[in-house]
Amino acid sequence: MDPMEAIKQTYFQECDELLLAMEEGLISMENGEADGEVINAVFRAVHSIKGGGGAFGFEALVGFAHTFETVLDMVRSGTLAASGDVVKVLLRAGDKLADFVAAARNGSELVTDTDVEAELTNLSGATDEAEKAAAAEMESLQFTPVHVDLDDEPAPQRPADAWKIRFAPHADLYAKANEPFLLIRELRTLGETEVGADVSGIPELASIDPEQSYLSWDIVLRGCPNRAAIEEVFEFVSGDCELDIQEELPKPTVDIPVLPDEAQPAGTVIVQVEKEQIEKKSAAVQLPTENAPKQTIRVDLDKVDRLVNIVGELVITQAMLTQRVMECGQARTTAVAAGLNELEHLLRELQEGVMAIRTQPVKSVFQRMPRLVRELAAQTNKQVHLVLEGEATEVDKTVIERLGEPLTHMIRNAIDHGLESAEERIAAGKPAEGTVTLSAEHRGGRIVIEVSDDGRGIDRSRVRHKAIEKGLISPSATLSDEETDNLIFLPGFSTANQVSNISGRGVGLDVVRRNIVDLGGRIVTSSTVRKGSRFSLTLPLTLAVLDGMIVAAGDQTFVLPLSHIVESLLPKASDVRPFGSQGRLLNVRGVYVPLVSVGELLSVQRSLSDPAAGVVILVESEGIGRVALAVDAIVGQRQVVIKSFESNFHHIAGIAAATILGDGRVALILDIDGLVARCREAANRSTELQQAIGA
Amino acid sequence: MSPNEQESAHDRRQYITFLATGQEFAADIMAIREIRGWTDTTALPHVPDYVRGVINLRGMVLPVIDLKARLGLGLTEATPKHVIIVVNSGERTIGLLVDAVSDILTVTSAEIQSVPDVVRESQNEYVEGIAVLDGRMVTLLAMTKLTSSLSVEKTMDQAA
Amino acid sequence: MSKKILTVDDSRTIRDMLKLALSDAGHTVIQAEDGVRGVEVLEAAGLVDVIITDINMPRMDGYGFIEHVRSGTSNRATPILVLTTESEPAKKLRARNAGATGWIVKPFNPDKLLAAIRRVSP
Repeated sequence: MDPMEAIKQTYFQECDELLLAMEEGLISMENGEADGEVINAVFRAVHSIKGGGGAFGFEALVGFAHTFETVLDMVRSGTLAASGDVVKVLLRAGDKLADFVAAARNGSELVTDTDVEAELTNLSGATDEAEKAAAAEMESLQFTPVHVDLDDEPAPQRPADAWKIRFAPHADLYAKANEPFLLIRELRTLGETEVGADVSGIPELASIDPEQSYLSWDIVLRGCPNRAAIEEVFEFVSGDCELDIQEELPKPTVDIPVLPDEAQPAGTVIVQVEKEQIEKKSAAVQLPTENAPKQTIRVDLDKVDRLVNIVGELVITQAMLTQRVMECGQARTTAVAAGLNELEHLLRELQEGVMAIRTQPVKSVFQRMPRLVRELAAQTNKQVHLVLEGEATEVDKTVIERLGEPLTHMIRNAIDHGLESAEERIAAGKPAEGTVTLSAEHRGGRIVIEVSDDGRGIDRSRVRHKAIEKGLISPSATLSDEETDNLIFLPGFSTANQVSNISGRGVGLDVVRRNIVDLGGRIVTSSTVRKGSRFSLTLPLTLAVLDGMIVAAGDQTFVLPLSHIVESLLPKASDVRPFGSQGRLLNVRGVYVPLVSVGELLSVQRSLSDPAAGVVILVESEGIGRVALAVDAIVGQRQVVIKSFESNFHHIAGIAAATILGDGRVALILDIDGLVARCREAANRSTELQQAIGA
Repeated sequence: MSPNEQESAHDRRQYITFLATGQEFAADIMAIREIRGWTDTTALPHVPDYVRGVINLRGMVLPVIDLKARLGLGLTEATPKHVIIVVNSGERTIGLLVDAVSDILTVTSAEIQSVPDVVRESQNEYVEGIAVLDGRMVTLLAMTKLTSSLSVEKTMDQAA
Repeated sequence: MSKKILTVDDSRTIRDMLKLALSDAGHTVIQAEDGVRGVEVLEAAGLVDVIITDINMPRMDGYGFIEHVRSGTSNRATPILVLTTESEPAKKLRARNAGATGWIVKPFNPDKLLAAIRRVSP
């Protein structure tokens, strides 16, 4: 890739980080928690975005960033107080800046929103012109040489034949590491020079102070048409020397020896001696760019993904190897078996270590929410306060990538439907500002994310009514409060009388739930009327591996996700009761649970028809509760690598994904909820069964 | 080169031909990833009979379609001598179960005829045309249509 | 002639751009992301030919860094160029007072960068 392209990519990555830091800083300013360093960090973030943007010619971006930066500078210097209103403007400016970056990234034009810009300009209290004028004034000051010779010809229109330059450095010039030799060298690129050093100021050797300046130069420059070029050469040192530039027509009267090209100017010799004494052997120490153990390194995600895949294959191969060895009859106590055991342990550690590389805190997803909340609050004209908890909770990146969409939906839902308007809230005795809480935590080997609001809660009678109206439940069905709440996840359901243009962009909660279930997760909602609602979303910690129980049904092997399994048991024939026309129930310590034969459900050939002859796995299924799955036998328990199934095929209800077992064959990973849903469809006609499930 | 020759020079494509149910078929060589022998598949529940299941292709889960069954001519009795052609098309990779692979042919567009209407409708979806070469009739398969038709199968699944 | 140049800037983009321009011209580049790190890197590197530093940086800013270098021994006389944007004349002045040799205006192009280096380093 063209190096500039690579740097442009770096720039946009950096912008993402800087925008995040900026937003964080602004939010803490909004909460009144910001100190000087935070404000500085916000300023620097915007400053850096501007700096890089200039290099790539993103003019609109730079222009806006500049106005923004000016105001931030005023805040950090104390000229402008960061009141609540001011911070609100800054937050919007930050959002706008993010838009500019996004536009620059995909090469589109951003329609300049003059509102935010105008507000910023108001705050800075200066117009562009005034600023430029001030800057120009400062600039012109610097270019004025210290001694202005008023005897100069007033009209510079005719080009001068020669310039006479008197250059007398002060000690400061040397202190700032400027070199007369180099300045004179540059002068010589402008034309022919005759250089003479005035050594009259040098005292005796014994009283020389190496840090003092004793030399000056008289230089005649021919062939250089303009004064500005000469002034530019001395640009850096204009305050640290005496510089006199005059047009000169007559020939020099004094014969000045011309310094040979390569010679070291006399004035530097003495200083050189000092330098050499100080200078050490200049064996350059090559610094590794990443050395300190505490530092982090940047790694391309592709590399990590490849690593994870290879380790996954390693796990499979090791399992295959172990199986073959066992089949060869190597007893468990031989060294070979011991070695294989060790290998398995090491691999498991390796896998965990590699997976840990890929985990990220959910912060990266959470950080997008404050802006969303700001925009939604503005659109719905409600006051919303967002609380984030558990941002440091870590999850594999495969899950992080899929979190954004459901979270966005749940937050939209909370603000759009859950929270009341300020007036309604006050009338209900609540504070005008509604609170939405977004939290993440590890629980039971999964990650649990909750979005809760203190709004009006779910109106159950309305939900129930709607569901009956749409034929989603029968009028006589009795449902618990929780079941009623979860009706909103059914397809085609929407309680809003007109689909709001925020929540109802054609994607309903049913799609959200489907996507989450496809990931092996679940989502439920619960609410208290007038107090608020909560969405609870659980997902596996990684979508790459799964702890599973291997079971056999007929000639097929299946994998059940361990996370859904409650227990396994050997049923007695007397515990199995027929139910309705097709169903069966299992008596589990006094509780009757629906019994489903996996082999039957998946049309597996030669599977056991009598559940009592095999094993029953009791699983927890979302929305239904416990279900007993009858299989022929349990084969084992293992961590399996999840292989996508749908990328080459399409979704099959009841099948979550696939994996490759030790014998090299593909085994299907079952989707418990999907299986149960399937079986439920089949038994739909039986209302008795439905009631039993609710029991 | 005469204009005609130039034209046909550009329209030449290479095909791999294979046998199934006594007929000869061909697929664009660019779509074919590899060829391997038959191994037992893991069956999939509630799929049409021509979807024989999935196999492990070096870590990837590969669905295998029985070409004979897809044409409505019954299931192939697969043995290790049978062949699975691994085909790439679009974002999908699938395996096609056939009897044997025969040849590599170069076919110009001039040699391809369109399918006569008499042929069964269901086949038209994925038959690109018919080529007559050396007196043999070779049916050219459109792999993309074959693979993409898999998603259409969803409706069958839901009805189950 | 290849020079050893230290670049100090908290922006990865700017560091990358400086490195590209300078190494294309045959120079050796060492980097730091703020003043504190700059001091560490400089101590380990010994003498460098040129230092290029930004002003706005966390932990230790450009002014602090320049002052530190100028009060040290090895690189006291090493030319230091500051990166500055057009409209910061006050900052330029302050940097000079801290001991900066000269400046490079952002956004810079490689030619200007190399010209500034030529002006301060043999």
